[in-house]
Amino acid sequence: MAAVAEPTATRQAYGKALVELGAEHSDVVALDADLSVSTQAAKFGKEYPDRFFNVGAAEANMMSMACGLAATGKVPYCSTFAIFASGRAYDQVRLGIAHNELKVRIGASHGGVSLGEDGASHQMIEDIALMRAMPRMQVIVPADYNQAYRAVLHSYEHDEPMYLRFGRPATPVVYDDVPEQLNSVDVLREGRDITLIATGHMVWRALEAAESLEKEDGVEAEVLNVAIIKPIDSQVVIESLAKTGVAVTAEEHRTVGGLADAVREVTAEQHPVPVFAVGMGDEFGVSGTGEACMEHFGLTSRGIADRAREALVLKPIVSHPPLHGPEWT
Amino acid sequence: HDPTNPDWQERDRFVLSKGHAAPIQYAALARYGYFPLEDLMGLRKIGAQLQGHPDMNRTPGVEVSTGSLGQGLSMALGIALALQLDGMEDPRVWALLSDGDCQEGQTWEAATAAPHFADRGGSRLCAIVDYNHLQTDGTTEEVMDIGDMAAKFSGFGWDTVEIDGHDMVAVVEALERTRGLDRPAAIVCQTKKGRGVSSMEGRFGFHGKPPSPEQAEEALTELEELFERQTEELEKATGELAAITDDGDGDES
Repeated sequence: MAAVAEPTATRQAYGKALVELGAEHSDVVALDADLSVSTQAAKFGKEYPDRFFNVGAAEANMMSMACGLAATGKVPYCSTFAIFASGRAYDQVRLGIAHNELKVRIGASHGGVSLGEDGASHQMIEDIALMRAMPRMQVIVPADYNQAYRAVLHSYEHDEPMYLRFGRPATPVVYDDVPEQLNSVDVLREGRDITLIATGHMVWRALEAAESLEKEDGVEAEVLNVAIIKPIDSQVVIESLAKTGVAVTAEEHRTVGGLADAVREVTAEQHPVPVFAVGMGDEFGVSGTGEACMEHFGLTSRGIADRAREALVLKPIVSHPPLHGPEWT
Repeated sequence: HDPTNPDWQERDRFVLSKGHAAPIQYAALARYGYFPLEDLMGLRKIGAQLQGHPDMNRTPGVEVSTGSLGQGLSMALGIALALQLDGMEDPRVWALLSDGDCQEGQTWEAATAAPHFADRGGSRLCAIVDYNHLQTDGTTEEVMDIGDMAAKFSGFGWDTVEIDGHDMVAVVEALERTRGLDRPAAIVCQTKKGRGVSSMEGRFGFHGKPPSPEQAEEALTELEELFERQTEELEKATGELAAITDDGDGDES
């Protein structure tokens, strides 16, 4: 369980941790659909060829096969790109895995626009929404390699169907070590003026944005990392928002149905405060390097900081306490 | 299989890929004692265990939930691979497919994969195709002709036979001959929907519509007569088969 310090892709953690699980648990099997080098499942295949099934370019078949394997006592880890895992095979995941409450783990690699050059056809930006809407499915998006490693180990310790989203590019680490456990929400930085709530590749950028807000504006931003988007730990979110009164969410995903909406569902019912979003609008991705794509759509620390500045201007207008009734806390 | 222990590890597995035929599976499971016959009256009713399509978590004897066509053969293949990993000697996996199942592309993903994984469990798999030529909107020939199913499965590398699906002797023979094959087996059963019931046979209006009480009464009477005739034929055939086997044993001893 070696932690890394240098920028590393979260998909690398999937491959490494899967090998560790394979060594410890003979019921772990892995399936991939001709992308095992990219998803890193090939590492498992090399170590445990008897427990690895490459099904070729047939994601629907892979998910339903995983259903059969899990119904017969195995713990299947199915990997492919996020676009195919959630989009192409939605019905197979829905009936065979989620409906049956089977212990199948979907390792969805290359999520978001940061996969870069392949462009819109491959850049999955609605998978969190799809999987969040699916009954009984848990949705996990780790922030860096070290947390991703923990997320994979965590997935074996629990029984619910799980969708885990990983990314293609090497990204800076946020956790110095592999965390002891996987929390839904971690407070990575404390602040009293605004809460930046991020997931996946946007977490390190949110931390950078908080630095910039402190230096340039004297604003103290609190930063939350949401790794388990469903079920989300609403308590931690509410505690932070009770203090700051305004939030900016950040995700490499459509703001519809993603982290933004997950946070808004919590605040709208339990603690109504303004929640602004950084994410993909009503548009598809484009080709370019991963970083150029992130820049193109404003999915950067600058993008988060600018949105926070707008939010802070609007905060006194939209989050004033009601004229009647108890004070908001 | 063992109705008193539905989770018995060494059991054969049955996957009803054509999940819309759930009532027939439920009737069979109830007759074997997986649950009381009275439960059949709860079919499709709120709060009952018998859902509109098979549900593995609600109904004992159902191996996996099905109902969305095209998924069953893949699920059955997954089960077969798991049984092989567990080093089980005997259990086989039977998947019953409809002609609608064979219009779904996923069935052919599984049909490609099963021979590929033959020695990793794929050869435990047997696909039984209920080729009744009728689907919701009309005949398969009119709606979407799936053609020569036996040639298709054979072309995908399956050990394939085609039989009259109403000839129980042929059915039993076809099932028996799948044992010990080194690749997955397909049995294409030419059938007529509503066979044995003169008011329903070959008519697509009954695909998703329950019969009236009068029609049901009439149908049951006709089916009971047919069942008696077929049971006699089958007993005669198995008697002949047993006689042949006994002779064989006699020669050896």
